[in-house]
Amino acid sequence: MEAGAAVSVIKDGDTVLVGGFGMAGMPVELIDALIGHGAGDLTIVSNNAGNGDTGLAALLAAGRVRKVVCSFPRQADSWVFDRLYRAGRIELEVVPQGNLAERLRAAGAGIGAFFTPTGAGTPLADGKESRVIDGREYILEYPIRGDVALIRAHVADRLGNLVYRKTARNFGPVMATAAAVTIAQVARIVEAGELDPEVIVTPAIYVDRLVPVEVPA
Amino acid sequence: MSLSRREMAEIVARDIPDGSYVNLGIGQPTMVADHLRPDSGVTLHTENGMLGMGRPATGGEIDPDLTNAGKQPVTELPGASYFHHADSFAMMRGGHLDICIMGAFQVSATGDLANWSTGAPDAIPAVGGAMDLAIGAKQVFVMMSLFAKDGQPKLVPECTYPLTGRGCVSRVYTDVATFAVGSDGVRIVETFGITVDELISRIGVPLVSSPFP
Repeated sequence: MEAGAAVSVIKDGDTVLVGGFGMAGMPVELIDALIGHGAGDLTIVSNNAGNGDTGLAALLAAGRVRKVVCSFPRQADSWVFDRLYRAGRIELEVVPQGNLAERLRAAGAGIGAFFTPTGAGTPLADGKESRVIDGREYILEYPIRGDVALIRAHVADRLGNLVYRKTARNFGPVMATAAAVTIAQVARIVEAGELDPEVIVTPAIYVDRLVPVEVPA
Repeated sequence: MSLSRREMAEIVARDIPDGSYVNLGIGQPTMVADHLRPDSGVTLHTENGMLGMGRPATGGEIDPDLTNAGKQPVTELPGASYFHHADSFAMMRGGHLDICIMGAFQVSATGDLANWSTGAPDAIPAVGGAMDLAIGAKQVFVMMSLFAKDGQPKLVPECTYPLTGRGCVSRVYTDVATFAVGSDGVRIVETFGITVDELISRIGVPLVSSPFP
């Protein structure tokens, strides 16, 4: 499927999960297509809040994002987010990285909420329910669901089974499970049966649309 | 003489038991990797999803799909494995990592850690994996200068900066002394270019000077 057609499912006000850790695993071409598509007032869930001027940073710069949910917005090259945040033009919810991953996982796995020790005794637990279990304090955290997930994998088969490459895997597999519609950009699409079933990381049940994007050799 | 950053990294590396699974935080802790013996059997975890991380990648080795938690290109060692973020942090939270090493703004006498925010009103909050590491690793080592630029000690009775985790730090490696933090208080393990008396006079934390058993 062509990227523009794939992302046309995204509506104003949607929550969009965006894979990637920095640029590793960032679905840049899908984000570019989303910018072209024009949906706005979006909530973006991603580890970072954009690097440099491309990918997520370009979506932010285009004024399409109302709120960012992420673990680490502030980086040496996050000038687009920094400017919007300081101007009061974007909301931020900071979530510890492991809680971000687990809240996405919970959404995909049908878990209503979970208790985690991460953040206990810190300002990020303020206002949240807590419980002492076996002498240790845990904080109640709720799932994060997406309307759409945009992820980048390495190779897909025509059914949507995915394999990833090295640390570009990062949030892809959990985000794929946590959204109503998952769109994966991949370097290559092969026939069903060509991927070894033993090495498939994301089973096709989680993947709705595939967008082939050639990567320079 | 107080220690250079390289010497601090050397001392931390010396205290990592052979065969440990270790996470090195962004910045100064990364330097510890340079001082691990190749035969130590220490496996490095990077929270973006890898065990068996090798040295930084250079030249033709650089692969944008293979980075560390600081988003720097790295290499993989034989026996490396990749996993997604929920697995990577479950590994941490589940208590499977032996040691994590982080920097800090402040550490308290009871091992509270503050290293993610100075609480300044114009600062953009960013926490990354620090809170997960703080509560997840079996042991948390901190590497920092003992005194801030204004001379204030960073080992304090109670943290004034927002906490990253409570009671989680077990060792504090600084340029002038190494401390062990335990239920019985803070012990001086070793000093570098400073007397115990001077340390005690400059830090508002009760210190036990007996060597750590």
